[in-house]
Amino acid sequence: MGIEASMQDKILATLPRLRAFAISLSGKVDRADDLVQETLVRAFTNINSFQPGTNLQAWLFTILRNQFRSEYRKRRHEVEDVDGRFAENLTTPPEQQSRLEFEEFRQALTELPLDQREALILVGASGFSYEQAAQICDCAIGTIKSRVNRARARLAEILSIESADDFGPDGDMQAAVASARSR
Amino acid sequence: MKGRKPGKAGQQKMNIADAPPYGSGTLGSDVQDVIGKQLRAMYDDLVNQTVPDRFKELLQELNKRKNKGKS
Repeated sequence: MGIEASMQDKILATLPRLRAFAISLSGKVDRADDLVQETLVRAFTNINSFQPGTNLQAWLFTILRNQFRSEYRKRRHEVEDVDGRFAENLTTPPEQQSRLEFEEFRQALTELPLDQREALILVGASGFSYEQAAQICDCAIGTIKSRVNRARARLAEILSIESADDFGPDGDMQAAVASARSR
Repeated sequence: MKGRKPGKAGQQKMNIADAPPYGSGTLGSDVQDVIGKQLRAMYDDLVNQTVPDRFKELLQELNKRKNKGKS
């Protein structure tokens, strides 16, 4: 029998988040889409191992994460060959300014060790709890916490953020606050 | 990074002059905050991208195959 329609809808609803995870993890849209595709195939093949009532999104993220790691081990040199062509084939018309910043940030993210990168994305962006992230990464909660902390510290170094000001002054509110402070 | 539009992205900014230096082992909470907000902004932007149609088609195809294989 096929999977229930409701299940299919739920998987469909998860796709934007699953894909965002894949893109930030791998740093490349093409690669991310391959990962998502592979994840869907695996999810269908192993649909019986999903326990109804548990978190479907976490289940799919786990599959994708494991898939990425096994490829990462095999093709390490390719993964680390960051080419910065990230924004090329995004489908939504970009707001150029923020797109540039996202590109810079995404680039910095790929410079993190994989353990730290996945922990930070899961907790800091995907909205998983430390506990859920620990389950997805198959490690202790304390390990996730320390990876997230190290990831933040490393990102601050890479992006040279010593204070919030280092993101550059912009926006009227920002300017207003700065000027109020200097008085 | 300069000249960013105010609003969506601008709201993530904070102005905190007294951050401790990075590399001292502990990260100032304001720096953590900036990084956290930048990360979420980048991620949310990705979440809002249109998902290629081929995934929906793939889902239908997978389901069809599963129906055939097991019924």
